[in-house]
Amino acid sequence: MISFETLHAAPPALVAHAPVLMVAAPLIAACAAALSPSARTSWMISVTGSIFAAWMALALVGEVARRGAVDYAIGGFAPPLGIALHIDGLSVLMALLVSSAGVMASLYSGHSLAADVRAEKHTLFQSGFLLCQTGLLGLVSTGDAFNAFVFLEVSSIGTYALVAIGEKRDRRALPAAFNYLIMGTIGATFYVIGIGFLYAATGTLNMADMAARLATLSDSSVVQAGFAFVVVGLGIKAAMFPLHGWLPGAYSYAPSLIAIFLAATATKTSIYLMARFVFDVFPNGAAFGQGFITSVLAPLAAAAAIVCSLQAVFEKEIRRVLAFSSVAQVGFILLGLSLASVAGASAGLFYLAAHALMKMTLFMALGGLAISLGVRRIDELAGVARDAPWSAVAFGVGAASLAGVPLTVGFLAKWRLIEAALQAGQIWIVAVLAVASLLTLLYVGRMLEAIFFRPAPAGAQRAREAPVGVLVPLLVLAGLNIWFGLDASLPEQLANAAARALLGGAS
Amino acid sequence: MSFILSHFNYIAVATLMMAGLFIVFSSGNLIKRMIGLAIFQTSTGLLYISLAKVSGGTAAIAVEPASAEARDLASRLDPAYVAQHGIDGVVYSNPLPHVLILTAIVVGVATLAVGLAIAVRVREAFGSVEADEIEVLSRIESTQPGPQT
Amino acid sequence: MSTGELLIFLALVVPLFAAAAIYAVGRMPDVRETLTIVACIVLGVITISMFMRVGAGDPPVWTVARPMAGLEVAFRLEPLGALFALMASVLWGVNSLFSIGYMRGKREANQTRFYMCFALAMFAVMGIAMAANLFTLFIFYEVLTFSTYPLVTHAGDVRARRAGRIYLAMLVGASLVLFLPGIIGVQIAAGTTAFTPGGLLSGRVDAATGNALLLLLVFGATKAALMPLHGWLPGAMVAPAPVSAMLHAVAVVKAGVFVILKVSAYIFGPNLISALPAATWLLWIAAGTIVIASVVAMTKDDLKARLAWSTVGQLAYITSAAMLPAAAGLVAGGLHMLVHAFAKITLFMCAGAIYVATGASKVSEMGGLGRSMPVVFSCFLVGALCVIGLPPFAGMWSKFLLISAAFGTKEWFTAAAMIVSSLLGLLYLAPVALRALLPPVGDGSPRAFIRPGGAPGPAVAAVVATSIGCVVLFLFADAVTAYLAPITGRAR
Repeated sequence: MISFETLHAAPPALVAHAPVLMVAAPLIAACAAALSPSARTSWMISVTGSIFAAWMALALVGEVARRGAVDYAIGGFAPPLGIALHIDGLSVLMALLVSSAGVMASLYSGHSLAADVRAEKHTLFQSGFLLCQTGLLGLVSTGDAFNAFVFLEVSSIGTYALVAIGEKRDRRALPAAFNYLIMGTIGATFYVIGIGFLYAATGTLNMADMAARLATLSDSSVVQAGFAFVVVGLGIKAAMFPLHGWLPGAYSYAPSLIAIFLAATATKTSIYLMARFVFDVFPNGAAFGQGFITSVLAPLAAAAAIVCSLQAVFEKEIRRVLAFSSVAQVGFILLGLSLASVAGASAGLFYLAAHALMKMTLFMALGGLAISLGVRRIDELAGVARDAPWSAVAFGVGAASLAGVPLTVGFLAKWRLIEAALQAGQIWIVAVLAVASLLTLLYVGRMLEAIFFRPAPAGAQRAREAPVGVLVPLLVLAGLNIWFGLDASLPEQLANAAARALLGGAS
Repeated sequence: MSFILSHFNYIAVATLMMAGLFIVFSSGNLIKRMIGLAIFQTSTGLLYISLAKVSGGTAAIAVEPASAEARDLASRLDPAYVAQHGIDGVVYSNPLPHVLILTAIVVGVATLAVGLAIAVRVREAFGSVEADEIEVLSRIESTQPGPQT
Repeated sequence: MSTGELLIFLALVVPLFAAAAIYAVGRMPDVRETLTIVACIVLGVITISMFMRVGAGDPPVWTVARPMAGLEVAFRLEPLGALFALMASVLWGVNSLFSIGYMRGKREANQTRFYMCFALAMFAVMGIAMAANLFTLFIFYEVLTFSTYPLVTHAGDVRARRAGRIYLAMLVGASLVLFLPGIIGVQIAAGTTAFTPGGLLSGRVDAATGNALLLLLVFGATKAALMPLHGWLPGAMVAPAPVSAMLHAVAVVKAGVFVILKVSAYIFGPNLISALPAATWLLWIAAGTIVIASVVAMTKDDLKARLAWSTVGQLAYITSAAMLPAAAGLVAGGLHMLVHAFAKITLFMCAGAIYVATGASKVSEMGGLGRSMPVVFSCFLVGALCVIGLPPFAGMWSKFLLISAAFGTKEWFTAAAMIVSSLLGLLYLAPVALRALLPPVGDGSPRAFIRPGGAPGPAVAAVVATSIGCVVLFLFADAVTAYLAPITGRAR
């Protein structure tokens, strides 16, 4: 058992302001990066900012373990009138996830940018990337509903632009980014409408305060309408089936760095916010809440898992396969959350972290290959194992983890999901998970077959091994897949603490 | 009828919202879609602001309690309303939603800017801002990068 | 690290290291083959050592990792597992000898991949044999499936790939849909999946849950080829003969029935098995499998197909033994696991030798071949009589014990099925050898050799070795049953 209470990652002076530093550091770094004279400098600023934010997140892990939750009133204005940052077990899990993804992605970007982004745009790219991180870290830290919208949009607008920058490699990035912008903005606006209704009913925007006031209001149709808008809006952002139309395009054509980062963070943070609202803000046991979970969330999540896995099986372009796979895996996460038990939420959140790790590994391996070889279709992967063995092995590990092969973190996460479903008596969820896992095995198997078992066609362009700067973060990620597959105590404990924070009532 | 009159702001909001969404989904032109999106976002602004208006309330700028202005404003209030709520001065409209919508407007403007910028680049890369033409062009030459390679 | 832990570690590492080494020296065939043989010998020594330790009451134990709360990767030897490990490693050695003869005789391609995957499969088998709980067993069970896939699709042609896809789909599919949920169900019911003498779930589950878990685990162990999940086995015969011999007579299918035996003995326990209706249903299904498989075997002209269907039937003997109440059939099932492995590997290796020498794969083409290949066909006759259950071959003892266990527990249908199937075996196995050894009917002279010199030397040597094994086991059957007695949880 790991004891987080003894973790003192930073000096107390910093820890006292860690919540706001975690959000502000990437913001300041973004300004610095935009003004920096060269791409190299902007890259170093990006790495520094990300590492600092990750350091603060780590310090908060210890703080939250000791105190249960960290509250920080911005500007000294106390909630509910002031905007407060509220960091509990769930926030700290997400913050750690986002900031580590940021570190990995920024380390990776040193070498990969040249292939994906036009040279004159590199500094602005890093700046945009850091802004995106700011938004996401702020989103998971805030305790204020409207503030969440602001941070959500800060990150999303950054993402739209960053996806569009991928047009150097493939001009379809532009209509994909536009589509993403339209859908994402509609989602965010729905969320704002929902908050409007909730504000009208409760008179407050602070989530804890709102929860207290909503406890007696569950019959109000205003509240129910607000709930519906919030959930649909966040569902669009989280690519919940059937609102996932924007995701395949965005993931396929974005620069590899952005695909890596998005796969780990974008939909996950929206799921975080949705979970916050469904379980913390809205009263537990309210009929419409329960009805939503059992009649809407669970069936849609199951549909996502099966339908999108099936779509992934039929796709020919690798990134689109991985994109549909992501939507399906989001279905897995939501199935876990829909069990509405601590075991189920813990399993869902563990799967969330595991999936972020797996997808990052896969996208990074692909990105490493893309530096030398413009891999788009699965057939083009043939023979890569011979030319770029390390990338191929890392891809294989990530794919095995995705399929749930034993000794990887993906297997343990699936185990926990099935266990939670059996404990809750939901046998149909077990069946859905099993069938979806089979389909996952199918599309993963096809990619692995191409990489490891097929020789490269004669005369085709050969891949080269990715540069060391890419291989290091890639192999670290692949190694973590196996490490956590053998000893999952760290992510499991974080997920458990997060689930207890989420379902322990409004904290 | 009185229901419609007393809730006309919500009807206006709903109309604008649906109009905006309809334009977004039915239009094939990227610029028109942005316009639809902007209309949609405006409707939420209207929702918040119309919620903020308190009956008989004035702008949320503090008024000296003993001044002539205060007495003037107080006199315009319905006496029964004053008695029911025990108000002894000026009623202000809620300023918070205005603040929220200022933020949302800024966000909307930023989104609009990015969206239009992307539309401009789409025009440069594909030669058109019509969604169906772009779709066809995407399928034909799927690996062509932007024109400034 | 204690001696026990070291033994377990070596039993896993030796095949794994061999696989890596084989890959490394792939371009030097002689070095590569030597490596395989050396690894077989070393593994044999290790498994003998473990076997004797278990017999002396000092089983090697090793807990490796605790991935999550309540889950352990751990190893613990017990009589059945020690026997399985010993049998697998000995037969790996024999089969490697055969493979050298076969692969070189047919000048097969991709030999490095072949030997490497074999070593990996053995790694998986060792893990299965030594697993202390269902979780660990599941891990190695899946490794076995994936490591044998390249062996099944070795030929690389359309038929092989198709068979490989069905193989993978059925085995992995059933694992994910049936086996894994069953294991997790056991974990939830008992808090652990450890193999416990007397049965882990005994007294902890009600009848409905017990039925569900038993069905999930038995059908989930699809490698035991219980109908209707048997389709992958006949299809896997597209693999070369050494693969069919080792994997589909010894490693893969025996892993499947091994799982069922261990589940019956250590997860459910004799008392619970006696009480669950699902055990009776499985007895019926197994009895049906025995008979149907034997009938289908009679209709097959392709020798390997005939042997495959025979295997399906013989595996069902063990499955039904595991489902007999009061642990009556556990020891008999364990003995049959051993005996059938020796007998079937003999038969498959003969089929391979015949194929290399003459190119004949159908029974109808083998008339009179016994004259030109007397050793091979005599060994085939030995193997056939062993499977049928006639003395002086070990099969007699295992069949006798199985049928008397069935009679003893008043399972008439099972006993009848077993007897009928043995009689049918007379009809579909013995004639192959007899027809070969007698002069050919009609006009033809026996097929000519396509390989000068007939079957390769190492191949014939291997076949002879396992046939001798069939006789030797006849003499030592008692010792084996005594060794296995503790698994019933009763002191004898």
